[in-house]
This record gives sequence, structure tokens and C-alpha cells, in this order.
Amino acid sequence: MTRDLSRRGFLAGLGLAAGGLAIGVRGGRAFLIADARAAPGDAALAPNPFVHVAPDGTVTIVCHRSEMGQGVRSTLPALIGEELGADPSRIRVVQAVGDRRYGDQNTDGSTTMRRGHYEELRTAGATARVLLVAAAARRLRVREATLVARDHAVHHAASKRSIGFGALVAAAARLPVPPPGKVTLRPVAELTRLAGDLPLLDAPAHVDGSAVFAADVRLPGMLTAVIARPPVLGGTVATLDDRAARAVPGVRDVLRLPAPSGPPRFQPLGGVAVLADHPWAALRGRAALAITWDHGAHAGWNAAADRAALAAAVAAPGKVVRAVGELDRALAGADRVVRADYHVPYLAHAPMEPPAAVARVDGGRCEVWACTQNPQSGRAEVARALGLDERDVTVHVTLLGGGFGRKSKPDFLAEAALLARAAGAPVRVQWTRDDDLRHGYYHSSCAQHLAAGLDARGKVVGWLHRTAFPSIATTFAPGVTHGGDGELAQGILDLALDVPAVRCEVGAATAHARIGWLRSVHNINHGFAIGSFIDELAAATGRDPRELWLELVGPPRLVTPADAGVASNPNYGESLDRHPVDAGRLRDVIERVTARADWSAARARGRALGLAAHRSFVAYVGVVVSVVHDRSRRGPPVRADEVWITIDAGRVVNRDRVRSQMEGAVIFGLGLALHGEITARDGQIEQASFRDYPLLRLPEAPRAIHVEIVDSDRPPAGVGEPGVPPVAPALCNAVFALTGTRVRALPLARASLPAAPMAMPAPT
Amino acid sequence: MTISLHVNGQAHDLDADPDMPLLWALRDLLGLTGTRYGCGEAHCGACTVHLDGRAVRACVTPLGRAAGRRVLTIEGLSPDGRHPLQAAWVELAVPQCGFCQAGQIMCAAALLAANPRPSDAEIDRSLAGNLCRCGTYTRIRAAVKKAAGTGGGP
Repeated sequence: MTRDLSRRGFLAGLGLAAGGLAIGVRGGRAFLIADARAAPGDAALAPNPFVHVAPDGTVTIVCHRSEMGQGVRSTLPALIGEELGADPSRIRVVQAVGDRRYGDQNTDGSTTMRRGHYEELRTAGATARVLLVAAAARRLRVREATLVARDHAVHHAASKRSIGFGALVAAAARLPVPPPGKVTLRPVAELTRLAGDLPLLDAPAHVDGSAVFAADVRLPGMLTAVIARPPVLGGTVATLDDRAARAVPGVRDVLRLPAPSGPPRFQPLGGVAVLADHPWAALRGRAALAITWDHGAHAGWNAAADRAALAAAVAAPGKVVRAVGELDRALAGADRVVRADYHVPYLAHAPMEPPAAVARVDGGRCEVWACTQNPQSGRAEVARALGLDERDVTVHVTLLGGGFGRKSKPDFLAEAALLARAAGAPVRVQWTRDDDLRHGYYHSSCAQHLAAGLDARGKVVGWLHRTAFPSIATTFAPGVTHGGDGELAQGILDLALDVPAVRCEVGAATAHARIGWLRSVHNINHGFAIGSFIDELAAATGRDPRELWLELVGPPRLVTPADAGVASNPNYGESLDRHPVDAGRLRDVIERVTARADWSAARARGRALGLAAHRSFVAYVGVVVSVVHDRSRRGPPVRADEVWITIDAGRVVNRDRVRSQMEGAVIFGLGLALHGEITARDGQIEQASFRDYPLLRLPEAPRAIHVEIVDSDRPPAGVGEPGVPPVAPALCNAVFALTGTRVRALPLARASLPAAPMAMPAPT
Repeated sequence: MTISLHVNGQAHDLDADPDMPLLWALRDLLGLTGTRYGCGEAHCGACTVHLDGRAVRACVTPLGRAAGRRVLTIEGLSPDGRHPLQAAWVELAVPQCGFCQAGQIMCAAALLAANPRPSDAEIDRSLAGNLCRCGTYTRIRAAVKKAAGTGGGP
């Protein structure tokens, strides 16, 4: 594709015929794609959501976001189609290639329905509707206000006349597009299909096996590559003997990949690739490689020392990032000070589908098929690796077998492209499970120290929170020593806290692996420490944790950066006007989720419940976990048997997919809390399979997960990530209620818990 | 050497190493990509198929062991995608990313064939080897029960 916005180029690239009505929206402004030729060649002004109505009435909706289980391919067509008044059976969905003209395609940060995209998506459908109605009004010689668009036609009730969408597109495409603000969105009550559960577009393909993931793409003459990557970040091949590998039947070639330079970024890690007719030969060939490695600068990285260094970083004052009142005086004058240290280990994404990409290089052009969350960064990285212009790189997005942030890093796309060029044949790069676990972009390990000063009545008068973790920025730039504002705003700068003296600090930390974002990112760490500490304070003062949560969050109010004592709050890229820090909404999810769990009565009956709540990605989530003793399996002698989760994400579009994201977030959160731990020895990641990096399994899943979605007209917030952070602290708080053991270091599987039930303390 | 495979009712003669795992033969020699690679070590269950009606992990089943036996993959579970488990899966909108789901269904199908009305504990035990990173477990349980006629919904 070229930068030319010509109708033919854009539509042909999507397999669409000319002659239809094609609408794109960018920055609140709708375009006829035919008109876009007149728009400046600036990608920032190019259309983003995109809808096309063909002369035969077929409505095509371009899904410019990656489908990784969140249901975007079901949600976008329903939202746009409802605004349009389309018959769902006549909508088809086309997956977009990576192209800046779609705006932001990075399916990450729980952004698809926020940052104004919700309004843009509706505007795309509404603009097409307005033009079809205008065309019908001219044809029928009636006023537009007397017409209704629904069921794929424009209807004039008084004369009982209707014209199908297809018959109107030619005329509609010649009409001027209404300017911004002149396209009226339907009242939400008219979007009737959104009130129920939307069908899941790809479900039939998932249950009959026909769904196409990256490793399912086949090109003629394609070879399969598996790669032996340097075991230590920054390592290089010292010696290579590939004779045995080349002797494996089916192996076609053994190729060295270039060593990366500078910060890791999205570069391939280097190493040695074995290319073969099929994966079995490639795997056997890789096993037969004799490689010695120069391990480089990170070979001294070891888990125990790393953990000790992080702990030391929060044992002393750090860089102050939030300050209200006079904390030192508050702690000195307190009746008592409660202190606690928390540890969260490195974590891996471990999507069920390991990374895979297929590439073909042909005459200075490269085409890639990949399970990528971000086809634009994939396109850029492939272009960089091959020394091509981005215009000569096309990235097709397959279905993703899970992403969780791993697949927004396009190193594996560049590997496939480099090998395809070197081999002179299409190449599929298949990551194995051990590759995935040993060569990831890891979730930051984090040490935290919290201290609270309590007055004689048990009220918190001072709050100290120190955190230290290797920053994600270390992956992209040299010399980064501290977490940045965008990372600290994940639970620290933005915590609603009604305490007169607050100080938050960040300590220094060094990275020895590629550090990346994983579903919910630093909120996992910060939510765990804060959620656990509040429960500790309740226990220390003999109070109901729920009551203390509400007291610390404080009265309903909007917390400005000045109130919070911070210079600014990046707020996940949202304005604080549209998405303020709203203590009332955090209180509300705490009150709702505890009511649903029958918190007080159930605790009085002796049920071991734990509570936590957290704001992230501008959504608010409260979680209650109930745990029971369970010694039926190896591992921790406790099990989460029932979970309640309440989310306030503003207006939601696809309720069932919000529900499924909350169910998934609970499982993801329980899994990381119980089992998740990546460790290093001599610079090498020690985990290489699901045996040593266990995920939650079915028998460990709660009997029931009760999801509540708060009805709201507020702007849409994130959904994919916000459910995760409160789960681990709620679980550990419930474990404390059950066993009296406080788990301050994850994973829980490492904690020694008493085997026998202890007597429940009397409820207070 | 030539290995005779019977997959989804069809006979195939494959010229392949008998040590090659059935997974790669299905995916890369026969083009049956519904059987997924998730770990290659029988830890995740994404590659579950039936061998003479019993659920096995194709990633650790040598082709030689499958020779001459009946192999059933997700593509052959039903002619029209309407096996009771497939129907229940769609009705309850079980899949998220979908990658593990074929393996889950194949494992559940073997369970129901042997035990048409499994208890919750039996479902948990039978599917304990099938990982789902998206966390569809509560819906998986509900769908198995729905297909078995022992439960309604989540």
C-alpha cells in the first residue's frame, strides 16, 4: 500500500469494490474515502474506524484492532452496525493490515473503547446512516426527519415506503459529508442489540478448529524455523558446530541472526536458526546444534541478589514522587507505626499460542502474517531490520492465541523477515514454549515498603509507600534508573487516599532482562501491596477491612493532582476532565462487591473473605475472594472457591465480553498470585515449561465467579486489564482470614501456610 | 518409512519418521491445523486428539504409535460443528482467544463418551491437563454440563 489515500488504493487493499459508500473517521471528523484524496497526506488526519456499504447492501466493517480474546471482532461491527441500522447478518468483518491511516492500532492498554474511540466508531456508523437517509429523502421527496434507518433499509412510515441500503449507496456517496458536530448519534436506547449479549463472531471457528492463528498460515515453499537464542540477554554466539543439525532429515539450512545493538527495544535477540521442511525437523535440528555462547554483561544476574537489591532500594528513602502534609512528623507523632514489605516476582505472559510469524520477502518487499497486537510497530520493526521503507512492508494480523502484552513486541516478526530474506523462501518462525518463557519481555519484579502511622483511635494519620522495580523504559533507552510517571501513575500517584500526610517514593533498580508490559502492568505490583497493607492495618487495629478501605479512600470526591500531592497524573493518556480520579466510584465498587458477597454476614458465619479494590486504566474494580482449605492437590493448601468482582468501566458496549474479561482477569490474577514466578540464575531464566511456570488449572478455578457491571453513562474506560490488580491482594487477604498467615511475597505457592484450620477470630 | 494413518475416517499414507509427534503430522503434513501447538510436552492439552476414542496429547504421541489406529481431530468431531459440546460452547460463548478450545472440547468429548453424566469433580479431573490462559474455566465447566444435560448455564 502507498500513502496515497485514493479510493481505489485504499479499498482494493481491503478487497472492496469501488462504487460503494466508504466512510472513515479521524479526530471526530468523518470522511468519504473518495474525498480523502483531497485531505492532506498527513497520516494523523487519515480515517480510523471504517465502514463500507456496497451496492449489493453488504456492509463491511474494518477491524483495525487485533482479536486476542477480548471480542473486538464481535464488538466493533455491533457498535458501528447499530448506529448504522444494519442487519447483523449482512455485516462482514475485514481485519486491517498495519497502516498508520487507521490511527492507533496498538491493541494494548485497554484502549479500544476509550481515548475517544467509542465516539469515533459510532460516528463512522452514524455518518453512513445520515448520508443514506439524506439520499433516501431526495429519492422519496420527503424530509429527512420523517425517515428511519433500521434493518438495513431507510423507511418512510407515513407512506409505508422503504429503500434498502444498497440501492442508496451510489447517491449517498455523492452527498457532502456533514461537518463534525452535525452527525447526530442515536440515543443509546435505540442501540437495542447492545442491551443484550452479542453473539461471538469467531466462536464457530474456534469450536470446529477452523480459526486461523499465525502458525496456521501456509505459503508455497515455506520453511519452518526454530531459533536457539542467547540464553543471557546481550549474549552472542562464540562458536557454532551445525554439522549434526544439518544432517537431520528435513533440515534445509542453518542461519545466524544478527546480534542486536543498544537497548533491546523490539530487535530480534540474535542466535542461530534452523530452517526445515516442518517443525519436527527444525526442533530436532536445533537440539543438535553445538553452540558456545559469550554471555555478556548480564551473566551475573541471580534471583536472590536481584530480590535483595530491590528490597534494599525500598529500605532507604527514594525519589519523592508524591507528598502531602508532613509525613515524618506524622509518623513520629503517631500512636503506633505499622510497617510491611512486599515482593512481587518477575512474571511471563505465557499466552497459549507462543509467538509465531510467517514472512515472505520478494523483490524489495516484505509481507508478514503474525499474531501481533500492534501491526504498525511490527511493520516498522520489519522495515528497520530489512532496511526497507515501511511502504514496502505489509503486516497481516491473524487471530491471536492470547496476547497479554507479549505480542505487542514485534521481535518475532523481524526474525521471520530476516530469515525469509536470507533463505530466499517464505519462513515461519515458531517459538517453542521454552522460548516463550526464557526469552520474554518480563513483567517487572517489584519491592515495596509501606508504613502507616495510626493515632490512638486507629485512624491512619500518615502513609509512606516506597516502590522499586526495573522500569519498562530500560528496554528502550540506556541509563534508565527509576520508574517513570506513567509507571508510577499505575496505582501510586492516582490512589485516592484520605490521609493528612502522604509520601510516595521510587527507588533505583537495574534491568538484566527485557522488561515489558504485561496485562495490568505495574498495577499488579502496586495493587497487591496497597490492597494487602490496608488489610494489615485493619487486622492491626481490629477493624473490619471494608470499613477501613472506605475510610482510607475517603468521602466521594474528585482527587486532583494537587490534592494527591503529585506534579501530574498521566492518567493512561486520558484527560482528568473526562476521566477524573473519582473516590466516589472506588467507594461504590467496594460497597457493591461487598454487598454482593454478603460480606458482613458471611464473615460472621466464619467464611474467610478477602477484599481489595483498585483503579486502573480509568476503570474501578472491587473484588471479594472466598477461600477454603483444600489439600486435594499438590501446591498451596487453600483454594479460592468463590469470587465476586464488580467493575465500573463507564458505558460498556459488549456486556458479555466485559463479563468474560472479568472472569478471565480473576483466573489470571489467581494464577499469578498462586504460581507466577520467573527467576534467573547466572543471567538465564530458569523456567522453561508449564511444569516450572504453572498457570491456573481447571480444578483450581473458583466454583463461581460473580461479575457485576455497574450501569453507567460515563465515558467508556478500560476493561481488559482493570480486573486483574485487586485479585491477588483479595486472595491473600482471604488467606489471612482463613489461616492467620500474611502472605507478603508472591507467589503464594512459596508461602508456608498452616495445614490445619485455625479458629476464626470473632468478627468485629 | 510409510505410515498408514486413519484420520477423521480417511486413510492417509505418510512418508515420515515414526518418531515424529502426531501433532506435526496432523498440522504440517495433513493440514489439520485445528490441533494446536502450545507446549510440546503434554503440559497444556491444546493438541488433544482421540486415539481409538481416548484423549491423547498429539505432541507426545509418536506417529508410529498412531499407525493403523483411529485418529479423531477437532475437524472430525462432527460433520457440521454441531456436536453437543460445540453447540454448548457457542451458546455459552466460552471462547476468548480460542486457542486452547479445540483441545478442551476434544478432551471433554472423550470424557462424555466414556461418562455421559460426569460430576463436577470428574469434569475438573478430566480437564485438569488442559490449560486456558484467558481463564474460560467456569464457562468450560458450564458448557460440559450443558452438553451432558446436567446443567444450565454459568
